[in-house]
Amino acid sequence: MRRPPVGWFTGSLVRATSLTDSARSLTFSVPGWPGNLAGQHVDLRLTASDGYQATRSYSIASVGPDTDVELAVERLPDGEVSPFLVDDLEVGDSVELRGPLGGWFVWRPEHPEPVQLIAGGSGVVPLLAMTRAHTDARSTVPMQLLYSLRTPEDALYRDELQQRSSTTPTTWHYTRTVPPGWTRAAGRLTPDDLRSATLPPERGPLTFVCGPTGFVETVARGLIDLGHQPDSIRTERFGGI
Amino acid sequence: MQHLDGNVLAGPASELFPSEPTTTRGQCLSCSDIATLAQAMVYGAPMGYVVRCRGCDGVLVVITEHDGQTTVNMHSLRLLSEL
Repeated sequence: MRRPPVGWFTGSLVRATSLTDSARSLTFSVPGWPGNLAGQHVDLRLTASDGYQATRSYSIASVGPDTDVELAVERLPDGEVSPFLVDDLEVGDSVELRGPLGGWFVWRPEHPEPVQLIAGGSGVVPLLAMTRAHTDARSTVPMQLLYSLRTPEDALYRDELQQRSSTTPTTWHYTRTVPPGWTRAAGRLTPDDLRSATLPPERGPLTFVCGPTGFVETVARGLIDLGHQPDSIRTERFGGI
Repeated sequence: MQHLDGNVLAGPASELFPSEPTTTRGQCLSCSDIATLAQAMVYGAPMGYVVRCRGCDGVLVVITEHDGQTTVNMHSLRLLSEL
């Protein structure tokens, strides 16, 4: 497939909102940005005054032709770039962005298959973009999200996901702390959780899994054990420094 | 070291691939597995990228970016047409 040219753009921060204690939504105005598909990412490059450069990849939360690009960044405790983006970057500051990037971990409204999204932690960001694309396209393809997170306070975009529950419902799964009155005890996703909260292989879903490496590999193995075809599972791992 | 996957190569490989890198297919010359670049395992990001086969863990490609120059060293990969 041909792709639009990939280049470096200058993005100026125009909006920043706190999502959780450790995550922030950053919207950059990016003149010349060609728009992006749901699930794509950018490489973000910072240059220090001494010329030192650091580049990291971040999923894009926004979708469509707009030249405003929204990222959601979680602070990694030992991170070199993310603490600066979450704590220090101010409206009006500029960064360099390369993109839009990626064609594999992408959902297009013309895909006919039902869609299962499975997020671990901040891996929800590209999947949120897919629910936004589903809404924007008024798609009637079934799409649902299984969102695994440590505690209720770690949820990114909870209100937005809940507002979309009639078209792209979310199953919430907590691994450390559950909300009051929650019937399921906190714990890792089990094969039973996967079976009960995801579209079964008989429906032929396309499944997108995004999260830390260990989460993605556990979930992907679990899906194959449930009978899903490996090529129907698209994965994106994140982590790093 | 924790590995990522070939999705992270979309940017670094964009200047060397005529089309979208992550949907480009390749065959491992060691075990003959065919996969898209996105499905490969990637070690060493973001300092450089050692791309390993998801099947046999053999090194397929090493990609480095330095001072705006991207280098791709093919080790054990046959590139096929894109999906």
